[in-house]
Amino acid sequence: MSRNARINTLLLLAVAALAVLPLVLGLGDHKEEPFTGADGEAEAAITELEPDYEPWFTPLYEPPSGEVESALFSLQAALGAGVLAYYFGLRRGRRQGEERAAARRDGDITPDDPAPDPSGARSRGEGTDTAATAP
Amino acid sequence: MHIAEGYLPPLHAVAWGAASAPFVVHGVRALNREVRSNPESTLLLGASGAFTFVLSALKIPSVTGSCSHPTGTGLGAILFRPPIMAVLGTITLLFQALLLAHGGLTTLGANVFSMAVVGPWAGYGVYRLLRRFDVPLMVSVFFGAFVADLSTYCVTSVQLALAFPDPGSGIPGALAKFGGIFAVTQLPLAVSEGLLTVLVMRLLSRSSKGELTRLGVLVTGAKKEASAR
Repeated sequence: MSRNARINTLLLLAVAALAVLPLVLGLGDHKEEPFTGADGEAEAAITELEPDYEPWFTPLYEPPSGEVESALFSLQAALGAGVLAYYFGLRRGRRQGEERAAARRDGDITPDDPAPDPSGARSRGEGTDTAATAP
Repeated sequence: MHIAEGYLPPLHAVAWGAASAPFVVHGVRALNREVRSNPESTLLLGASGAFTFVLSALKIPSVTGSCSHPTGTGLGAILFRPPIMAVLGTITLLFQALLLAHGGLTTLGANVFSMAVVGPWAGYGVYRLLRRFDVPLMVSVFFGAFVADLSTYCVTSVQLALAFPDPGSGIPGALAKFGGIFAVTQLPLAVSEGLLTVLVMRLLSRSSKGELTRLGVLVTGAKKEASAR
């Protein structure tokens, strides 16, 4: 694994550890319902501070169940992740295309090369080489 | 950090709406200008918005035994400046208010103010300050995203404390209470958001070098020399 990929993996592992540690250490054990949303806790605190307060507006649409709500949350995450993946995929493809075009200009591959396989593999090899040494 | 629908008194709801509106209007103009003058940046704009979409949908367990979510606004603020992030953040909040009953229309102004205005500006400010003192790019990005996340939750605590002062100890007492719920929970999550933002910025600095240079995030060797002279 290149140094760059190692650092990226470590970053992801650190984020995962930060999320899992509170569960493993049982930091919610002192609560009746551990690991509920902080937004809900704030609502409870409001009711504590002002027992008479009544919300004066209700949501136009409310997911009929917890399952539907989590489905919509997943949809939100999936939409975002999809766009991000599309972006990075497109960039990667474009960069590889440019590298290949540059290699062709340098005379590595002629446009009407009958057997582009070996040189194609070489230019791809160069691509990963530069990727590995990039800071 | 979402204040639930109907949970701000009407006067507060209107006041926060009025405070947020100019930032969003200004942001829409900035966004239009950016898209018109640099059509190629549309893709990266979409990716910045997508990052906020993902992060604000992730509810992560925290040290206080409750769950909360990052905001993802630091990245877009650093790349495209805070006005444009005000628009992207508002779109995310609208989606959640309309489809998830998470946040709300009456509290949209307050939520926009904390997540799409103060967060991006605070994060961007810290990022620029650190860059001015020649702090390495990725360290500056980490603290920019960290501050954008944490300041959002601090503002939410202030908003609720102003609306619901403690009968005994007043606004400071209520602030301690809401801060205990939001800000303390958010500390490790702000670290997570900082790390994730650094990760995406690392990926971008390899895949989109030209774009980041044009946006002034990456400085080329020649430019660096010119600014040193």
